[in-house]
Amino acid sequence: MKPAAFDYYAPSTTEEALAYLDQFGYDAKPLAGGQSLIPTMNFRLAQPSVLVDLNPIVDLSYIRPHEDGGLLLGAMTRASQVERDPLVAERAPLVHETMPSIAHPQIRNRSTMGGTMAHADPAAELPAVAIALNAQFRIRGQAGDRWVSVDEFFLGMFMTVIEPSELLVEVRLPPMPPRSGWCFREIARRHGDYALVGVAAMVTLDGGNQCDQARLVFLSVEDRPVPARRAAEMLQGQTPTAEAIQAAAETAATEDIDPGSDIHASASYRRQLAKVLARQALTQAFARARGVA
Amino acid sequence: MTKKYLGQRITRNEDPRMLTGQALFVDDVEIPGMLHAAFLRSDYAHARILSIDVSAACNRPGVVAVYTAEDMGDFWKPGPLLVPAPRGIEGAFFHARTQIPMARDKVRHVGEPMAVVIGESRYLAEDALADIVVDLEPLEAVADLERALDPDAPLVHDDMESNLGSFVPQRKGDYEAAREQADLVIQRRIVIDRGAAAAMENRVLVAHWDAKSQEMTIWDTTQAPIPLRNGLAGMLGLAEHQVRVIAPFIGGAFGPKIMMFQPEEVLLPWATMKLNRPIKWIEDRRENFVATTQERGQIHDAESALTKDGHILGVKDVFLHDSGAYDPYGLTVPLNSQNHVMGCYDIPSYYSELKMVFTNKMIVTPVRGAGRPQGIFVIERLLDIAAKELDIDRAELRRRNNLQPDAFPHNHKIIDQAFAEFVIDSGNYPATLARALDMIEYEKFIKEEQPALRAEGRHVGIGVVAFIETTGVGPYEGARVTIEASGKVSVATGVGTQGQGHFTAFAQIVADQLGVDVRDVHVVTGDTAHFHWGTGTFASRGAVVAANAINAAAKGVRVKVLKLASKVLGAPEEELELADGMVRVADIPDQSIGLGELAVLANPMRGAVEPGSEPGLEATDYFGPQYGATANGTHAMILEVDVETMMVEIKRYVVVEDCGTIINPLILEGQVHGGVSLGIGNSYYEQLVYDDNGQLLNGSFMDYLIPRSTDMPPRIEIGHEVTPSPLNPLGTKGAGEAGAIPVPSLFAQAVEDALYDYDLEVLEMPLSPNRLFELCYQKGS
Ligand SMILES: Cc1cc2nc3c(=O)[nH]c(=O)nc-3n(C[C@H](O)[C@H](O)[C@H](O)COP(=O)(O)OP(=O)(O)OC[C@H]3O[C@@H](n4cnc5c(N)ncnc54)[C@H](O)[C@@H]3O)c2cc1C
Repeated sequence: MKPAAFDYYAPSTTEEALAYLDQFGYDAKPLAGGQSLIPTMNFRLAQPSVLVDLNPIVDLSYIRPHEDGGLLLGAMTRASQVERDPLVAERAPLVHETMPSIAHPQIRNRSTMGGTMAHADPAAELPAVAIALNAQFRIRGQAGDRWVSVDEFFLGMFMTVIEPSELLVEVRLPPMPPRSGWCFREIARRHGDYALVGVAAMVTLDGGNQCDQARLVFLSVEDRPVPARRAAEMLQGQTPTAEAIQAAAETAATEDIDPGSDIHASASYRRQLAKVLARQALTQAFARARGVA
Repeated sequence: MTKKYLGQRITRNEDPRMLTGQALFVDDVEIPGMLHAAFLRSDYAHARILSIDVSAACNRPGVVAVYTAEDMGDFWKPGPLLVPAPRGIEGAFFHARTQIPMARDKVRHVGEPMAVVIGESRYLAEDALADIVVDLEPLEAVADLERALDPDAPLVHDDMESNLGSFVPQRKGDYEAAREQADLVIQRRIVIDRGAAAAMENRVLVAHWDAKSQEMTIWDTTQAPIPLRNGLAGMLGLAEHQVRVIAPFIGGAFGPKIMMFQPEEVLLPWATMKLNRPIKWIEDRRENFVATTQERGQIHDAESALTKDGHILGVKDVFLHDSGAYDPYGLTVPLNSQNHVMGCYDIPSYYSELKMVFTNKMIVTPVRGAGRPQGIFVIERLLDIAAKELDIDRAELRRRNNLQPDAFPHNHKIIDQAFAEFVIDSGNYPATLARALDMIEYEKFIKEEQPALRAEGRHVGIGVVAFIETTGVGPYEGARVTIEASGKVSVATGVGTQGQGHFTAFAQIVADQLGVDVRDVHVVTGDTAHFHWGTGTFASRGAVVAANAINAAAKGVRVKVLKLASKVLGAPEEELELADGMVRVADIPDQSIGLGELAVLANPMRGAVEPGSEPGLEATDYFGPQYGATANGTHAMILEVDVETMMVEIKRYVVVEDCGTIINPLILEGQVHGGVSLGIGNSYYEQLVYDDNGQLLNGSFMDYLIPRSTDMPPRIEIGHEVTPSPLNPLGTKGAGEAGAIPVPSLFAQAVEDALYDYDLEVLEMPLSPNRLFELCYQKGS
């Protein structure tokens, strides 16, 4: 389990990094926290001939308030920073709630916001959360920046719209509307494992305590995070009673997702977990939106 | 002998070194000029090798040599049969097919080595593996135990008529007659899958041939340094004293490191002689999953015959045992299973057929528990099912069938792993059971707490199972104890150590015999240059066989001390006492001499050593038990199942353990904790999933789930019964494997109890939440 030989560059600016990526193209890989890339290299599943280390680029690591009430997170911000940041807890409580479910403290000390998104593991938590929060991604190439909405960002297992010559530099989380509630739930065999199924829920109530908007996004069910669109539609305009939530959870588990089977969970077990988690997450999110939890 | 230390909960002598990173592990060995080996392993479970072209690999810079089976010439040989089959069982047969150093004509399991690259670094050696071109013709593989016995199944060993490697029928009494008389006969099929031993440290080896001194030194994570040395000397054509095997600190073993001669263990010593340079090989975790032996796969068709008041009249069990591709460890594992099916019960008749089957999977050798968990699972499940059918309380049913304290020695009258009749030396099974029931508050739980929780819709279950563990088998171990001029004591014994606390437990015994501080006893284990008689650490035998040898040797030194001190102090031996590192005349404190001073007097620089005596205060002694001591215990647990997700949480865990005399409760409890955690792994987390082609689907710690400390119950409550074994002077019985043995059967019972309204019968292990979901929600599929 030793990686194949590679060249290593440690640029101190994003511009320099982009120049290397441009020069080496498909042979190069940016190195962020290394918690996914290095194991794959040790297994020789990935054999990039060039690593461009982003760790020296200090100005990619930040958590900033956006004037619209949202948040800007630099790509090299560590998971552990996000986990402990009071601004994140205040403006993006769903993210704050999710962080402890990701791997283990040692791994969160290294892994990064950008690495998690760019890696696009269908079992990862933050991509699903990003969809629930309607995040935006700032992608930078030598020609300049482009913004991509989360709905277009993930293309499939370990695939995103980022080109080999580009870097993800920032994640933007829009502000949470008033009377919103959130919840993250997952089931893993052991704490810190990739989940068998997980779900992120964001809901907003209108003045009459009816559901104005609901977002429910599953992870570990398909080749990318999956928003439960039918379930969300069912809830819209409804009073979120236990029955309504139960019905939405069932629809989500039976119609919105098409999970596969693997050695840890069959498709039907995944649907069962999805149903239970969706019910729990929606119940909690609506309670928070009403200010009763 | 004083009892200052024996039975005391003292902290471990070895821990300061371990905890500050000062302990030597094989990977710490660095020798100038050392090379590194990497193995090319088969990706196929079954394939014919048409050709292997290593020329490109040889030409890669940094590569020193590449070898295949062809290069080994006459040195290429199947390994020895480590444990021969027992003789004298009518109708039994056993075909030995032992592992080979590198595959020559065909590969028989994924991970079997086909070539080795030796290079200046492990990185370069791994790079060169990709340069080797192997032409393989894939063959149909047999992974499934039953499929392996189909008449048209592909053969793992072409020279055999079928994949049936061994057949051992054993009988006690007349089961058929018992069945005739029975009020109830229960018949079930029970399936137990494989797991890994997954020691924290993988296998590691450094082999160093020094041509000038004509000496071979091998550092190896082995459980059996002495047999390894003896075997390798023979294979390499060296005298035994030319080969030194050192098993330093080892990060866990759990069985597979007793297995010899692993391909790497043969190849590195051979290659270091050819190249005249030291070579290191570190098994990485990916290799460990396909290159280190495993255990547990069995299928039992089991039957029990009972009277309506719950007395067992007989048991019948016909079972298949998966041996993997070879069977170097003989029948140890399945014989243990066969023996343990009688558990701690009085079973008048028993008929069992053991069928050992070759498959295209990793070789099976003992893993902590070594066949016993399977046997216990069978009998405990049969009892649970009977308890339900007869409407008798589970604990009561066990009480009715327990062997009673006056039944010992009890001869089970079948042949065991030591090839003798299986005799249980001693025990107090009813007391152990009663204590566990008491500790977990069984009556209160089932009468008060459980009904209340069930009324709330919660699924909480309790389990209680009893087990035995055959331990401390022969042939023998030995030790040398020496008092040095400093007054400190050194002890050398042949067993290897892998975390069992030998440096403390052994020191406690010696400290008591010689009246010295336990911190002044320095123990060396597993280095053939220090002690070269013995077998190894396995079968929970260190505290039985090695400890009694050490006790005997320390006693021998004590005799010499008293004799010499009596002369020096001018007082009769009976009036002398050994304490605080001195020999004193009792009641006259200033009439004394330090042990160090005495040691100097025993090794004079002038004058003469008297005829018939030896210099020094040193003695060597041995211990070989008449037969193995049998430990026993009862475990109980309370768990809760979330029926929506089928996730299980263990709420309470109780162990009552009887391993005879306790040397150090702290160490013993550590052993129990470790065993229970493996048992919980075997029950709920750990399963090696092979597909039909013999491919391992979860060969990494991401997918092979080991319970972590956070997955363990909050506390393991431990109670001790002490029934000393009459088979050895210390009265010890082994405890190393006990913790793991009953857990799967316990878990099964408690889960069934929790899911009382799901009509669930657990007949398999392990049991993931996914599988529980299938069993409870998708009946019939
Ligand atoms: C034992 C273990 C358990 C884990 N459990 C979980 C878990 O439960 N949930 C979970 O979500 N994750 C888990 N992880 C994964 C961990 O969170 C990942 O490491 C992380 O998702 C990737 O982030 P990284 O910063 O380490 O990225 P790296 O490993 O450095 O990179 C990952 C990929 O993204 C690319 N990349 C990185 N940064 C950028 C960028 N700015 N622009 C473009 N491409 C980039 C790299 O080239 C590489 O292809 C686990 C990891 C381990 C080792």
